[in-house]
Amino acid sequence: MTQAAEEKTESHQEQYANDIYAEIANWHVNTGDEKIHAKRVPGRWRRLKWITQSVWLIFFLGPYLRWHGRQAVLFDIPNRQFHIFDITVLPQDVWMLSLVLLFFAMLLAAVTSIAGRVYCGFFCFQTAWTDVFTWLEEKIEGPPAKRRKLEDGPWTGEKIRKLGLKWFIWLVIAVLTGISFVAWFTDAFQLWHDLFTGQASGVAYFVVGLFTVGTLTLAGKLREQACFWLCPYARIQGVMYDKETILPTYDFNRGEPRGRLKKGKIPEGQGDCIDCRQCVAVCPTGIDIRMGQQEGCITCALCIDACNTVMEKIGRPKGLIRYASLDEMEGKHQLPLYRRPRPLIYLGILLLAVTGILYGLTHLGTIDLKVLHDRAPLFVQLSDGSVQNKYRIKILNKTDKDFHVRLTVEGLPGISLRGAEKPLYARKGGDTSYTVYVKVPGEKAPSGRSSITFKAKGIEDPTKEADYESMFFAP
Amino acid sequence: MSENNNPHGQTTGHVWDETLAELTNQPPKWWMIGLHASWILVLVYGIYYPMWPLVSTHTKGIAGWTAVGEYKKDLAEVENIRAPYEAKIHKLSAAQILQDNQLKEYVTRSAKVLFGDNCAACHGSGGQGSIVDDPTQSGFPSLADDDWLYGGKIETIVQTITGGRHGMMPKMGGNQLTAAEIDKLANAIYNGTITKEPLFMAKGCVGCHGPDAKGMQALGSANLTDKIWRFRAKDQLASIKYTITHGVNDPSDPKTRNAVMPSWKGRLTEDQIKKLAVYVHELGGGQ
Repeated sequence: MTQAAEEKTESHQEQYANDIYAEIANWHVNTGDEKIHAKRVPGRWRRLKWITQSVWLIFFLGPYLRWHGRQAVLFDIPNRQFHIFDITVLPQDVWMLSLVLLFFAMLLAAVTSIAGRVYCGFFCFQTAWTDVFTWLEEKIEGPPAKRRKLEDGPWTGEKIRKLGLKWFIWLVIAVLTGISFVAWFTDAFQLWHDLFTGQASGVAYFVVGLFTVGTLTLAGKLREQACFWLCPYARIQGVMYDKETILPTYDFNRGEPRGRLKKGKIPEGQGDCIDCRQCVAVCPTGIDIRMGQQEGCITCALCIDACNTVMEKIGRPKGLIRYASLDEMEGKHQLPLYRRPRPLIYLGILLLAVTGILYGLTHLGTIDLKVLHDRAPLFVQLSDGSVQNKYRIKILNKTDKDFHVRLTVEGLPGISLRGAEKPLYARKGGDTSYTVYVKVPGEKAPSGRSSITFKAKGIEDPTKEADYESMFFAP
Repeated sequence: MSENNNPHGQTTGHVWDETLAELTNQPPKWWMIGLHASWILVLVYGIYYPMWPLVSTHTKGIAGWTAVGEYKKDLAEVENIRAPYEAKIHKLSAAQILQDNQLKEYVTRSAKVLFGDNCAACHGSGGQGSIVDDPTQSGFPSLADDDWLYGGKIETIVQTITGGRHGMMPKMGGNQLTAAEIDKLANAIYNGTITKEPLFMAKGCVGCHGPDAKGMQALGSANLTDKIWRFRAKDQLASIKYTITHGVNDPSDPKTRNAVMPSWKGRLTEDQIKKLAVYVHELGGGQ
């Protein structure tokens, strides 16, 4: 090895070591040892965040919506039926639930691969509740600097009063959260009555208590720590980015080298970042976006608002921090969506799930027939030589009106049905059982097993139809 | 103990591999909370529930909980659900129960246990009766078919269960009929042509089985023209011959067939008999 080459290697190693040390010096992960008190800055994304988070109002108000004299959306677990406006979903149709879950999973994946953790930043209950809790904190205790002072200060009457008020309002929100959750599973108005007269079920009290403690702990105490260390979604979403995903990004080409303003001006040779640290101050998870994309970033875009406000004031163009992809930052051409297979596959599966749900909802059917062949004995020989089999019939009426059905059977020559001469009554919203007997003349009954079909047809409404294929046994 | 100059705090003084030391840190706070919560829970449990064995008894716990109490509570819950049905059954006759589909379905499901406890030992779990291998054995009749010795009306079934049945057919072997005659009669019955057999009239079978050989339900005599056999056997012809030779319940012949249905009056309540009658009626052959 020549001396020159050796020197080059050495300087290379030195450079590498320096880089590592520089990285370690800046290495900082929020492990909860410091309390984050984020500054609130108005702006476009702040407004959008309020709007998107307000979908949770549905969670609070939804249970009080009435429909034909009953709760519009009710997940009635004890009676094993879900009411969603006019639709009643019985356990038989719960396969659709898996498609609904698939739909949301794919929606999450598709949105994340296109625009990052939109769910985390704009919709997640953890973000929303924490946002409301800290908003109240600011109203009661003042801006971050005052809050920190109050926190470190001695227990004065003012501190007790402010903290007491804050925790009381938080508690009210937490209890409301619990009650609202339970209200989706039982009649909402009755629940309020029962809760305060001590008549509600133990489960209801337990769940309200659990949600109260959970809300206070998660939104009041843990906050961003839940996103960092508790939430599995955060990690899953974090690995669904690629180079084309647009995320709140610091434009280091434009911003670096950063430095403070001198006499109200950006000095010669310096980038647009004036190191005012406003982006850090507003971050609800306490990260520095200028260090690049990282696990703590919930892509709430509040740093964009903060930076834009500053850029406007110092007369520089907005967008030093903006939604941009890694490709864009590296000066590459941004791929159009239709040439990115990943989101396309996600969207494809999403479309399949939607189709399945729509098919399910339009083909729920109003009647379902189940036939159970009696096994002991499999068949009975009658005195005229014919063979009789016994069946238990269940007619499921999924509508909210009683009706009658005519039951017939076919599949073997000379087959006849006994026990269903009169129209069979089908109770609304449940199943009604009958015992029927099928008879086939001895010489016409094939030995062993043959397949026969039961057919039920509505009397009042002949469009209500259901079949069931069963078996007929003969010696 | 060695001097404690570890920069991280107090150590136990033990050192391994020159540098490895053990700190005497407190366990984490959450762990201590868990520890204390655990023993408090045990204490509360012990006060609330029965827990500690004493010499001849045990601590009862302030909640008064007992395993048998919980069982009775669950049982009461089930009986509470059944009560309205049971009350209806008590008031109605078996025939009226048959008219009410909901009640009938309730009975056919709940009386399965009764049938299993009292009837299935002889008549089979599905009331299918038995087919015996040895034609000298009597077996038990099927309750699921539509051939009834004493009638398949619901009232008759109630009577049969309540009072039992004790049919009788005199033995025809020995002095009454020759082996050849028995052979002839048995074959005619087997082939369903008994009414054309002159011996049927001549030997007085007609007295009980009727001129059309369809039996008389008042006597419980069998229908000899249908495809159903009271004494079903693998070798049906041999079974028929045996029945003719030795009779049924004939005290004068020690080899006679023994076919008695006991009375259930003392063992079952009226409501239970009603339920069983409906159950048997709905096995498939009720009329």
